[in-house]
Amino acid sequence: MQIELREQIAPWRIALAPVAAVAASLLLGSILILWVGAPVGEAYLLLVKGALGSSFALTETFTRSIPLIFTGLAAAIAFRARFYNIGAEGQLYCGALAATFFGTGLITLPPLLMIPFLMLVGALAGGAALAVPVLLKTHLKVDEVVTTLLLNFVILLFVGYLLEGPWKDPMSMGWPQSESIIDEGVFPKLVDKSRLHFGLLFAVIGSVLCWTMMRFTVWGYEIRAVGHNPSAARFAGINVNTTVIRTALISGGFAGLAGVSEVAGLKGYLTLDISPGFGYTGIAVAMLAQLHPMAVILSALFISMIYVGADSMSRAVNIPTYIADVLVGLSVLSILVSVMLTRYRLRWR
Amino acid sequence: MLDIIDILVSAGFWAATLRIVSPLILGTLGELICERAGVLNLGIEGIMTMGAMCGWMWVYMGGDLWSGVLFAAFVGALFGLLHSGFTVYLGLSQHVTGIGITLFASSLSYYVFRMLLPDATTPPKIIPFQPYKIPFLSDIPIVGEALFSQTPLTYLALSLVPAVWYVLYKTPVGLAVRMAGENPMAVEAQGINVLSIRTGAVMVGSAFMAVGGAFITMSAFDAFYFGMINGRGWICVALVIFASWRPGKALIGALLFAGLDALQVRAQQMAGAIIPYQFFLMLPYILSIVAMVIMARRASYPQALLTPFRRGERT
Repeated sequence: MQIELREQIAPWRIALAPVAAVAASLLLGSILILWVGAPVGEAYLLLVKGALGSSFALTETFTRSIPLIFTGLAAAIAFRARFYNIGAEGQLYCGALAATFFGTGLITLPPLLMIPFLMLVGALAGGAALAVPVLLKTHLKVDEVVTTLLLNFVILLFVGYLLEGPWKDPMSMGWPQSESIIDEGVFPKLVDKSRLHFGLLFAVIGSVLCWTMMRFTVWGYEIRAVGHNPSAARFAGINVNTTVIRTALISGGFAGLAGVSEVAGLKGYLTLDISPGFGYTGIAVAMLAQLHPMAVILSALFISMIYVGADSMSRAVNIPTYIADVLVGLSVLSILVSVMLTRYRLRWR
Repeated sequence: MLDIIDILVSAGFWAATLRIVSPLILGTLGELICERAGVLNLGIEGIMTMGAMCGWMWVYMGGDLWSGVLFAAFVGALFGLLHSGFTVYLGLSQHVTGIGITLFASSLSYYVFRMLLPDATTPPKIIPFQPYKIPFLSDIPIVGEALFSQTPLTYLALSLVPAVWYVLYKTPVGLAVRMAGENPMAVEAQGINVLSIRTGAVMVGSAFMAVGGAFITMSAFDAFYFGMINGRGWICVALVIFASWRPGKALIGALLFAGLDALQVRAQQMAGAIIPYQFFLMLPYILSIVAMVIMARRASYPQALLTPFRRGERT
């Protein structure tokens, strides 16, 4: 087998890559559905119906996509600079911690100021959570993958301590949860009688801002340059360390916003299970979007569709809900291959 | 202070240390073999979960313990083949592939577990490996009780350390593996296929990881829980760096780490009223980060780690 670089990269191939990857994942996933003994076509139809079939399902899918857009952006921007931030899960919880700390009565502002303020402190906390790994990377050359991964466990244990100890709501009947966010800080609903909140708007604005920065500003240019070739970037006069640190802080900030929107937008208080792995799923979102900030919105919607749909599908045909996680894992692997095939061709000899 | 000395001379503490260290040794050796051949394997967390599920399920379905270990190793090697197909043959990002394999393998383990045991509310149990007292040696006070009254998988893990050292440093295969991680061009110049060497190393390493996972469900505990690997794989990746990619140092690092972990559990019982238990549970993860920071300056990465090799292409 020989791998050859294509002379030119056709745009239709790039556009088709995620479609091909998704198709491959669904095809491989159907083996698992067959193994259970369920009809594949019906199962996938139930999945789509469960995610898009009613107005309630639609709002649920949109609601689920909000944290995924934020963590997807966090992964997309960091991976662009080849800074492998796998700690979005922990940074998400740091953002949630900050929103809970300031939002449960410590400070009271009118809603127009309170919500932006909570988002600001959440983003700062998320960025701060990444400060240690990135400084260790730039100054001591400690691999960021392992440090960010390990910090996830540390941060989650710390949240557990706060929720079982000093931050526990005395009115919560023994459940480890915090007090509620004050009314001024709660995101308004986007659709009445649903769980869909203004976080969706903020997430879309975040994507647009992120794309604008990547496409039209010097910072964005530097991030892309460092990701392509750090030595060439250094030669061109870009301070690589500064760029990596800046990228990391922005990435952590986006992950922190995911935590704010789950606490102040969806739940109204902090629990230990506000994120069923949104930080890790964000990596899949970013990869499916080929690290493009605007495409992150689409791929987050798609993955949230799989999660919401898998819930109702598994109830109907008795397939374990873990099928959604399996499909997400498969899509990370298949997008790698399909993106590669846009640039290379395989020749069998 | 006297309490700590009491703990350190108790056989129970050392026995616990060896129990904790076994999966870490297996995982660390596995990762070390992969990285020595030039391939970072971040699939470790998922492969350990897979091994834990497969070995346990094999026994639960009626197989015997040792064939369960072999089955886990076989499935681990399959995932190693998948990883090397992506990273060695296609030259894709080792970081992203590894994370993808972890996501895929751990969710697949849970899926298969739920599919085969849909109604299990309390985790079903198997009869795990029992401690095997080595005749005569186990009669030595303290040392005998701690070192020579372990389960067979612990003996296996400990004996794999010199075995891996011997193969890596004293055999032609080991030389080829190390060279594939340092200078693949030179390997190719000797007429040895770099891609095959790397694939073989990743498959063997992944089999080690899976057996490490199987230790947890088949020797340390008797059931499979969700999230039971709990970051052990990532700790192994940190331990490889701490050990500067040497099997002997990996053993020392893992022992140090497991000892502190065993101490932490006992300290928790004494000081649990004053310090919340979560802070004790944080220690292993924080220690791993500290270990990496200490060794970072001296770390001598295999030169070709993370670099895919394509025949006839300059690097």
